[in-house]
Amino acid sequence: MTQLPATTQKKLGLVIDLDTCVGCHACVISCKGWNTENYGAPLSDMDAYGADPSGTFLNRVHSYEVTPTEGPAQLVHFPKSCLHCEDAPCVTVCPTGASYKRQEDGIVLVNESACIGCSLCAWACPYGARELDALEGVMKKCTLCVDRIYNEHLPEVDRIPSCVRTCPAGARHFGDLGDPDSDVSRLVADRGGMDLMPEQGTKPVNKYLPPRPKQDVSHDMDILAPFLDPVAEDQKGFLGWLDKALERL
Amino acid sequence: MHPAPSVIIFTSFSGLGFGLLLFLGLGLPSVSGWVAFVFYVIAYALAVGGLLASTFHLGNPQRALKAFTQWKTSWLSREAWLSVAALLVMAVYAFAAVFLDTRLTALGWIGAALSMATVYSTSMIYGQLKTVPRWNQPLTPVHLLTLSIAGGALLAGQMTAAAALLALAAAVQVAHWQVGDSALRESGTTLATATGLGTPGTVRAFEPPHTGTNFLLREFVHVVGRKHSRKLRMIALTLGYGLPVILLIIPGAGHVLGLLAVLFHVAGLVTSRWLFFAEAEHVVGLYYGKRLA
Repeated sequence: MTQLPATTQKKLGLVIDLDTCVGCHACVISCKGWNTENYGAPLSDMDAYGADPSGTFLNRVHSYEVTPTEGPAQLVHFPKSCLHCEDAPCVTVCPTGASYKRQEDGIVLVNESACIGCSLCAWACPYGARELDALEGVMKKCTLCVDRIYNEHLPEVDRIPSCVRTCPAGARHFGDLGDPDSDVSRLVADRGGMDLMPEQGTKPVNKYLPPRPKQDVSHDMDILAPFLDPVAEDQKGFLGWLDKALERL
Repeated sequence: MHPAPSVIIFTSFSGLGFGLLLFLGLGLPSVSGWVAFVFYVIAYALAVGGLLASTFHLGNPQRALKAFTQWKTSWLSREAWLSVAALLVMAVYAFAAVFLDTRLTALGWIGAALSMATVYSTSMIYGQLKTVPRWNQPLTPVHLLTLSIAGGALLAGQMTAAAALLALAAAVQVAHWQVGDSALRESGTTLATATGLGTPGTVRAFEPPHTGTNFLLREFVHVVGRKHSRKLRMIALTLGYGLPVILLIIPGAGHVLGLLAVLFHVAGLVTSRWLFFAEAEHVVGLYYGKRLA
């Protein structure tokens, strides 16, 4: 049903650390890999080896330049996927009931066998988290790797979303944001985790940790200079002779 | 938004068809026999043809019947129910008028109300979307309803009423453009709120996440043709509203001028509806640095 649950027992979601993300896109690739081989229709590519390739992805990494009023500019890599909103507009607009939010853990999913591919849910999502698969004609979105996190056939260490498992920088965290004592909730509290587009009223579960301000080193540009001095000052032998000969020239 | 031909045809022609059904249901004109038959064929061709066109953009149209299930929350589902209800009620009313020469007045009123409810639900599919500030305004349903009613009056041959209603619809059209032009700016959604990076300074999209295009850019970040929007608005106003009104107020205007007025109106209506989609800015464009706000 496309009526949203009044409350969910858990609020499973991601916390993405914009201070740590290095913009390597490994999460994008691991997401595409896992979700092409597992839950639901594969994520197709069109004209993959041609002149105009495009494909379905559930996670994409933007990069933004932030220029503060004072201090140096910063480059911020910005991974974006479904935020599993508490007040998900993509769910209520669905005419068929294919789009739904789970009462037990708050994950927003698409029942692909009921999806008519009208794209209205993607229209209703402000974050661009949903993409219509061009081959299957059904709506694809992040499942929070629902087929990993409860999967007892996987080693326990792998029972987290593929993007979180893959991130080499440790910029992605998974947990229950409904539990104020969970690791992710404490991280959000400590680091001032924020909502994207709060004015849209979607109440996203996923949180973003803002980048820490960069240290201004412009007044002290030779901070590394001591390390750049010649290492061997008193060469001996052939190099010593060459050094002296060149000095004399 | 991508101005897909299927949604332009769907909203334009089903709006006209249900507008005509409104007037037929009200008994304006009160027709029976073969004349009524011709009127209903036109009305049903427009309404049903438009609704069928809407299924062309579906990824899996074979499951379209499932769209009747979620009327509690979804305007698209409500539209499905209301359109079928309106068409069924008006079919009984039309049958009585054409073959039994009887006017079932109460049923006509119900059919007329359902026809307008259908157009309202269509308009709310767009009007409900906070993600498209240009549509998310009270004038969106007013705009689509006034256009549908004015077009219906024109098709029903209600000359005086049509002229007045077209003038009203034109005023609403201009107001919708005016309010819409500043809607994104006034929505408060910017690249800064989209990324949460506005506090330390100014944010600029530096590198997109992909080198090619994708579903989001194709569907939501349509910019082609916006540079001609001012000219197209003038064309829509002239063809859709201005010329038909002039043709209607010519004394003794007959069927030929009436047909001409309808053709002009349809051309203007389609132009206006193309702009309705092409000019609509989805906030996801902000992530790609494609919006000025």
